[in-house]
Amino acid sequence: MQAGLLSTLIWLPIVGGVLVLALGDSRIALARWVALATAVASFLLSLPLYMGFDTSTAAFQFVEQMPWIPAFNASYHLGVDGIALPLVLLTTFVTIPVVIAGWTVIEKRPAQYFAAFLIMEGLMVGVFSALDALLFYFFWEAMLIPMFLIIGIWGGPRRVYATLKFFLYTFLGSVFMLVALIYMYLQAGSYDIVALQELPLGFDEQFWIFLAFFAAFAVKIPMFPVHTWLPDAHVEAPTGGSVVLAAIMLKMGGYGFLRFALPIAPDAARELDTLVIALSLVAVVYIGFVALVQTDMKKLIAYSSIAHMGFVTLGCFLAFDIATGTGSLAGAGMGIDGAMVQMVSHGLISAAMFLCVGVMYDRLHSREISAYGGVINRMPMFGAFMVLFAMANSGLPGTSGFVGEFLVIIASFKANFWYAFLAATTLILGAAYTLWLVKRVIFGPVGNVHVATLEDLNGREFFVLAVLAAGVLLLGLWPAPLLEVMQPSVQHLVEQIVTSKLP
Amino acid sequence: MTPTLSIASLAPALPEIYLAAAICLVLLVDVFAGAAARRVTPTLTLLVIGVGAALTLQYAQVEKAMTLFSGMYVADPLATLLKLLTMLFVAIALLYSRHFLETRGLLKGEYYVLALTAMLGIFVIVSAGSLLTLYIGIELLSLSLYALVAFDRDSGVAAESAMKYFVLGAIASGCLLYGMSLVYGLTGTLLLNEIATALQGPPSLGLIMGVVFLVVGVAFKFGGVPFHMWVPDVYHGAPTSVTLLVATAPKIASFALAFRLLAEGLGNTADTWIQMVTIVAVLSALLGNVIAVAQTNLKRMLAYSAIGNVGFILFGFVAGTEQGYEASLYYTVVYVLMALGAFGAMLLASARGFEADEIEHYKGLHARDPFLALILMALMFSFAGVPPLVGFWAKLQIFQALWESGHLALVVFAAAVSVIGLFYYLRIVKTLYFDSPGDLPVPERHGAVRLALGLNALAVVLLGLFPQTLIELCVQALG
Repeated sequence: MQAGLLSTLIWLPIVGGVLVLALGDSRIALARWVALATAVASFLLSLPLYMGFDTSTAAFQFVEQMPWIPAFNASYHLGVDGIALPLVLLTTFVTIPVVIAGWTVIEKRPAQYFAAFLIMEGLMVGVFSALDALLFYFFWEAMLIPMFLIIGIWGGPRRVYATLKFFLYTFLGSVFMLVALIYMYLQAGSYDIVALQELPLGFDEQFWIFLAFFAAFAVKIPMFPVHTWLPDAHVEAPTGGSVVLAAIMLKMGGYGFLRFALPIAPDAARELDTLVIALSLVAVVYIGFVALVQTDMKKLIAYSSIAHMGFVTLGCFLAFDIATGTGSLAGAGMGIDGAMVQMVSHGLISAAMFLCVGVMYDRLHSREISAYGGVINRMPMFGAFMVLFAMANSGLPGTSGFVGEFLVIIASFKANFWYAFLAATTLILGAAYTLWLVKRVIFGPVGNVHVATLEDLNGREFFVLAVLAAGVLLLGLWPAPLLEVMQPSVQHLVEQIVTSKLP
Repeated sequence: MTPTLSIASLAPALPEIYLAAAICLVLLVDVFAGAAARRVTPTLTLLVIGVGAALTLQYAQVEKAMTLFSGMYVADPLATLLKLLTMLFVAIALLYSRHFLETRGLLKGEYYVLALTAMLGIFVIVSAGSLLTLYIGIELLSLSLYALVAFDRDSGVAAESAMKYFVLGAIASGCLLYGMSLVYGLTGTLLLNEIATALQGPPSLGLIMGVVFLVVGVAFKFGGVPFHMWVPDVYHGAPTSVTLLVATAPKIASFALAFRLLAEGLGNTADTWIQMVTIVAVLSALLGNVIAVAQTNLKRMLAYSAIGNVGFILFGFVAGTEQGYEASLYYTVVYVLMALGAFGAMLLASARGFEADEIEHYKGLHARDPFLALILMALMFSFAGVPPLVGFWAKLQIFQALWESGHLALVVFAAAVSVIGLFYYLRIVKTLYFDSPGDLPVPERHGAVRLALGLNALAVVLLGLFPQTLIELCVQALG
């Protein structure tokens, strides 16, 4: 175990980002390489996390603790378990394609573009590795600033509306979480997450705390009906912004449920699980239909993200029904396993889908489905990638999309047949909207004169998509390493949440 | 009371004694320096403040609270801290304003002398041990500020706002004095510590009457709703450098006034004023933040933002606990630091004939002056209370203090209001970064001011990353 590894993963990208900012647009050639070097170095440094991770324990590993604000008993406390580790790896991994994809495409203030993504990478790693609730909140909110600027500076025509909506929505959700955290701090005398998880709370307290957390995480993930910021933000954000938003930021909502809402307020979660499951199923079914009618490619993928996140929340909250229904804790973990796999897999697939749209947008400057048609005639390599990712998005066996959805559907069968029935509609709806998108954009005769001038992928684009394709296939064919890493932590979490905190 | 009066026993009052003498010195030097005064006086003033800070640190530090001049004067760690901070903030404000005054033909010795007398007024308030000292300090501060607001005598707007400020301020002083006379009549003493011991048990109707007038006076000096009318007009009408002075150090005086008068003097009958302060705080936080949304002038927007922030400062008094006062103190200091930066950036962005006071003057500032835009952005996020900037810790402490004293509804209210506040701060960031600059002018260089402003913004970031130092200072000062 190397000490300071997590700190390095947080501060290295931030320092790199500040360096890129200092180099500025006048030395952009150098700044680009510094940005790439920082992103690659962060990813390489995150690999020892995986190598050195002890999969036999649910305890936090690579722990660092230093006093930070003794006045509030808050400390700079970092560590990862099997739930946080995959998300940290996802973060460091996804930043590399984002940097490469923006290489020459970004012409306006490129140095700041790269700097914003690097700083955000550091902050996101901070969110996933903070073991102190105040530190978590610190990173959680700080991350909004670079994202606000990314959408606002490099975004589309309605970027100001979208970015203000994004910031205000998430901030409004989060302040209530802060209020709940302060309450628990006053009870526990500390902001330490483990102490908060062990804090005994009455049902009423749990109920309100759960609602406060729900406000923050449901907006972030996002769940129906507080999802409306996401399509706007996604459509207006530049490609890199959409990628980070979909691949990582949404996962913070899921992570928040698993780290805070469920273990801190298990009894309230048990009481309200039907509500959450119902909202998740609405997201899966209704948002699936909404995705079907979109004419804008990014919007379609954005709605598909909401539907897929519905699976995550569904998986997280199935544990109670399974545990009471079957009496087995092992089965109860399956939903959470599925939610975790779904988060990682969706991180890769949505990143790839947005990058694919970005590739087309850079050439024709349109995201309308009707502006394309028969792209494969001009871009065979790109067409192949796009079809692969579309298959993965609709959950084809052999791709990572299948594993997560399959686990969640199995788990929902154990809980309730009708949950499974509704969840399984995604197999039809997901396939319908994704494959129909592919049919209209990629296949058929060449749609118009603009499409006829398209050129196939350049080396950089090929590399980015190939890396993501490899990830999607690897996770689909051999998910065992991921499941193995999560196993003890998920089991520990299930034990925590089925144990009532009530006296 | 010991009748002996030695020079050494006066040491705790050294800051005031020194400053009064130094003001005379600056005035004389300014008169005799003639044409050279434009260069000499500003530098001399900064030097005077620097020496004052050194003397305060060296001789006026006290371990625990003590009184001088038959209890009229209090020297305690809080007073020392507030005086040092006041000197720092006034010095920074004067440093930021020099080129502004120079280009507007306002660089006169009187400006600096008035700034110093205002500072002396703040010192007297901070160390006040009796109602009388408190009142003298307030008048010294207010009269200096009235004159400063009217300093640009050719400006009709400035004269109008000075007039408004003066008339309303005189009414508020009258209220305060009336309230003080009632409290004096009921307790038979002017000393705050004796008032505190005399006022035990349930309050009489007369006392409540007196407290009402005192709270009105305090709320007016703070600029809390419904006594806030002067704030936007004065901020807007005064020359920007004066707005900078009015918006910063006097907030420390307001905190000191509220703390000495309400928390210390009337601490034992807190029930009488907490309700009233709650109303003022809630209205200020709500109205300040809501009306700020509708402003198109940056100075007016910051004025309403100040009103909103005063609401938060007063929330600490609503909590009425040790933590509450500590949170208020911290919030005040942090707010003043941010306001210094914001108005300082305005001064730097302005030029002769281009006051840079409308929000649209900041369109695309990022393309014209990236450094200044970055500073303003950091300050706006800090005002909004977004981590990793220091404004977050100020809000957090207020939330904690309110929660701890059981004011759940107020915590939720304050949280909701800060989301409204976020909107108009974000709008400034949007103007700075997302809009195109058009043909607006590029701000001038002014290396020294830029450096100071950079350090100011850096402090906002560093205190946000490492908040412990400042929190500890505040805790110790009140401990």
